[in-house]
Amino acid sequence: MTALYLVLFLLGAGLVACLSERLHANAPRWISLLAFVVATIWTAGIWLGGIDPSTGFYAAGELSWIPALGINVILKVDGLSLMLIGLTTLLGVIAVVSSWSEINENRGFFQFNILWVMSGVVGVFCAYDLFLFFFFWEVMLIPMYFLIAIWGHEDRSYAAMKFFLFTQVSGLLMLVAIIALVWLNYTNTGVLTFSYEELLNVELSDTVASLLMLGFFIAFITKLPSVPVHTWLPDAHTQAPTAGSVILAGILLKTGGYGLIRFTVPLFEEASRDFAFVAMLLGVISILYGGYMAYSQSDFKRLVAYSSIAHMGFILVGVYAFNELGMQGAIVTMIAHGFSTAALFMMAGSLQERLHTREMSQMGGLWIKAPRMGAMTMFFVIASVGMPGLGNFIGEFLVLIGAFKVNVPLTVLATIGIVVAAVYGLSLMQRSFQGTPNPQVATMQDFGFREMSVYAIMIIALVWIGVYPQPVLDLAQPTLDALGIAL
Amino acid sequence: MSEVLWLVPTIPLLGSIILLCTEGRLPKLAVAVVGSGSVGLAAICALFVGMNVIGTGDWYYAETLWTWMAVGDFNPSITLYLDGLSLVMTGVITGVGFLIHLYATGYMWEEEGYSRFFAYMNLFVFAMLMLVLGDNLLTLFLGWEGVGLCSYLLIGFFHSDPENGYAARKAFVVTRVGDTLMALGLFLLFRELGTLEIQAALDGATTAWPDGSGINTAICLLLLGGAVGKSAQVPLQTWLPDAMAGPTPVSALIHAATMVTAGVYLIARMQDMFMLPGPAMHWVAFVGLVTLFISAFTALVQTDIKRILAFSTMSQIGYMFLALGVGAWSAGIFHLMTHAFFKALLFLASGSVILALHHEQDIFKMGGLWNKLKIPFASMLIGSLALAALPGTSGFFSKDAILLTAYQETSYGLLFWVGAASAAFMTSLYTTRMILITFFGEVKTEPHDHSKINMWGPLLVLCALSIGGGWLGFMVLASYMGDGGVPLEFHADAIALLTVGVPMIGILLGYLIWGNQAIPVDKLAASSVGQRVQRFFHGGWGFDWIYDRVIVNPFVRLAQVNKSDFVDLMFTSIASLTAGIHRIVKRTQTGELRWYATNMVVGLLLVVLIVIVQA
Repeated sequence: MTALYLVLFLLGAGLVACLSERLHANAPRWISLLAFVVATIWTAGIWLGGIDPSTGFYAAGELSWIPALGINVILKVDGLSLMLIGLTTLLGVIAVVSSWSEINENRGFFQFNILWVMSGVVGVFCAYDLFLFFFFWEVMLIPMYFLIAIWGHEDRSYAAMKFFLFTQVSGLLMLVAIIALVWLNYTNTGVLTFSYEELLNVELSDTVASLLMLGFFIAFITKLPSVPVHTWLPDAHTQAPTAGSVILAGILLKTGGYGLIRFTVPLFEEASRDFAFVAMLLGVISILYGGYMAYSQSDFKRLVAYSSIAHMGFILVGVYAFNELGMQGAIVTMIAHGFSTAALFMMAGSLQERLHTREMSQMGGLWIKAPRMGAMTMFFVIASVGMPGLGNFIGEFLVLIGAFKVNVPLTVLATIGIVVAAVYGLSLMQRSFQGTPNPQVATMQDFGFREMSVYAIMIIALVWIGVYPQPVLDLAQPTLDALGIAL
Repeated sequence: MSEVLWLVPTIPLLGSIILLCTEGRLPKLAVAVVGSGSVGLAAICALFVGMNVIGTGDWYYAETLWTWMAVGDFNPSITLYLDGLSLVMTGVITGVGFLIHLYATGYMWEEEGYSRFFAYMNLFVFAMLMLVLGDNLLTLFLGWEGVGLCSYLLIGFFHSDPENGYAARKAFVVTRVGDTLMALGLFLLFRELGTLEIQAALDGATTAWPDGSGINTAICLLLLGGAVGKSAQVPLQTWLPDAMAGPTPVSALIHAATMVTAGVYLIARMQDMFMLPGPAMHWVAFVGLVTLFISAFTALVQTDIKRILAFSTMSQIGYMFLALGVGAWSAGIFHLMTHAFFKALLFLASGSVILALHHEQDIFKMGGLWNKLKIPFASMLIGSLALAALPGTSGFFSKDAILLTAYQETSYGLLFWVGAASAAFMTSLYTTRMILITFFGEVKTEPHDHSKINMWGPLLVLCALSIGGGWLGFMVLASYMGDGGVPLEFHADAIALLTVGVPMIGILLGYLIWGNQAIPVDKLAASSVGQRVQRFFHGGWGFDWIYDRVIVNPFVRLAQVNKSDFVDLMFTSIASLTAGIHRIVKRTQTGELRWYATNMVVGLLLVVLIVIVQA
């Protein structure tokens, strides 16, 4: 039941944080920070505790919820779930610190939303009941909507609505697919259940399997997002407050990739295999088009947002390569991108806080004024460009070397993406921190201890994954073995 | 005692980390000590390990540090591998690298970001060492990308000038095009042979495809693509002249002595695959031939002293490619080594000139410096003689070996020789021009030389190496390169004599044109045809012009057009369609009774009409 306690802990912390604002204006952020630190340590504890040999999971538990409909609270944590939960709680810490001084209104409700989004995400990563999964899917949506709509920037209500509609409509497709799957299983076997493990072996005709697969697939690639359903993301990211962007890019996008690996592929293996070419093609288009769109932007945050689309393309390519290398590459990419993009979004937030703009035409030559910020931006740009020795490279290289075995032309196109990444990454660096200093920017406060320590965490994480990714790979390996698909 | 091999790349890495983490708060002297000392220590370690490895008689030593990652059957390790080839490279990187670092402690003294500069330089040395010491292609690729990054950081070191930033990005992106090809080569190699470990792959290739195969050729050509990018060969050569925006020690270390020769190293390292039957070798040779020819002509019309040297570097690396392509492996690597000596010398000497003239780089604004800047002049002269391959200098031995082996190539030998020899002629011509215009004639700018021993010391050492390095090469290389070393004997036939004589004719002609001006070329240069030819050469034969028009401009323009993402139209049009329908329907709700009544009647009539027609 550890997983359930963790979810409830975060939900509870959210309530406490919300109420604590009455005691002191700064209390919510401290409570929130404390909660995420505790949750991170807790997750580390679960990891160190090892796999429980009786269940085969790090943590597993089951509670009856709506027995009449076969709905139960089933939460299980395997290696893949664990590392994503760890990423979630750690980025929770980072998100809270990154918006430490940014939020001045409704601080309690702000932290409440952050904690509730994160508890929804943790739930998504360990739900083994499809109804419960969908429930958590919604739990993370609504607080996120509030984060954008209340604390966002100038165009916040448009962006929040767009985010909500995209996620909701695609989520409904998934709900229909879930219900249909449960119903078909019921007509086949007479057992009404939403349990993931029991639904893994439903007999489906090819057409039905393809349709249901699409229901899941569309929901997940909207979240990921992939071209052509990506257009909510640049708006949502750009308008969200810093913590919102960090959470969105760092974690929420990963629920899409997780969903593909955990649900779409194992539940509909044959249909997914038949569909692999289209999925990989979408991934490749995302890599190239996302990268190209990133280059086209003049808004710092929007550029980073589009670059996320390009990186997420690698996940699609890797997962649908249907081999170990590709799948592992996709997982490493998820983790590494979580850090590298979160860092860049934090940078965008810090710049906006100091300069009151995200337009790069208003920047230029900032390195001289804030060398630490410049150096940090350089590091994470380099990471996201895919420099060997840092995490993103491992993910992308594994994806590509895996995909090459399956489809050469698509891999060639995807590999061109690393040139495009260099183009937009370096152009971001040039337009903001290098070049002629902008005379309108007189001074700019450089990073202090608080910011640098957060960045240090992310640097260490990326170097670690880049130099010795084995812990991540080893954590994911049993999950891939257990998925029951022949890689 | 070879176990300390891991220290060789680690010490510069540590130096870099120390300098980065102290954020420039160390005193300058400490920075200088850490920055150059770390490379010096690495050089000592390398020397130590090298002696040890040679002493054991095994000719190679491998040291596995850890398994980088293991996924299924893909399990590259971080293993350092030292053999004759990587020992030569390591020697050049740490040895010449140390001298250049030492020089830079003086050259950069007055500049902003002293500590940052040495942090990047040390990081570069680390990456370059990983490149040559890596025993599998993924570790090599780590170094390969790492040196590209450092090259980017150092070209754009003075980042306030947008021009420097442009040059830096151009270098990174253009070489990355090559890197992409190389990565594809790795994918293909892994798919076919199941390994990226170099020795295993070479063994696998030679046993699996003894008669050569399309796949082997494809892998070789993809690797060649990477080599062409990194080593600034046609068609990916356009970044190197612009890369001269970096501080001069950077040009000496990265863009002359080490990084740009990485492509030569890669091909030499994979020589067993290239030697399998197939067209790969000819491709290598022709890439080299075309580059050495084109850039020798381009160097002749440049006015910026560093750009002259940059084109000269491209040209000399072209010779190395030609050597590799005709199977003269030792000669190619030998030329790599001697070139590292004399080109580093030329760059550093030109750096001293540039510094003494307050950052003046135009040779036409120099002149008459020979008795004012004695050490730089002597260095420049010695470097130039080696570059022009005058007998007795180090460059002579290596270039002569290349030309003579090229001539013996069975299918295109004569073509190779004629091309390379005419470029050798051009080389001595542009070198003479550079020396005469820079150091002789009337004084145009008054120099102020403040260099101390840390700057002229390295120059003297490099002078000695540029002259005597040829003998060193025989000692080091002769015994354990794949083809038994560089041929020592010299034939007295016409080709051999011509090969020796061509550079001297070039020098003589150069003297007649720019020295005593016996041959007036001004009139020819001023004519309209002459102008046009000059412009064509000056712009590097129009490669940049074409790339800008065919690739860069369309890319940029389309990006501007589609900034707001046309895919979003799909969704916004749904929204506006709904809103449009809403507006139309809303208009019917006027709140006027007459309007509603009219509508009701019209509706009723319609219903009646339909009923009647149906009946």
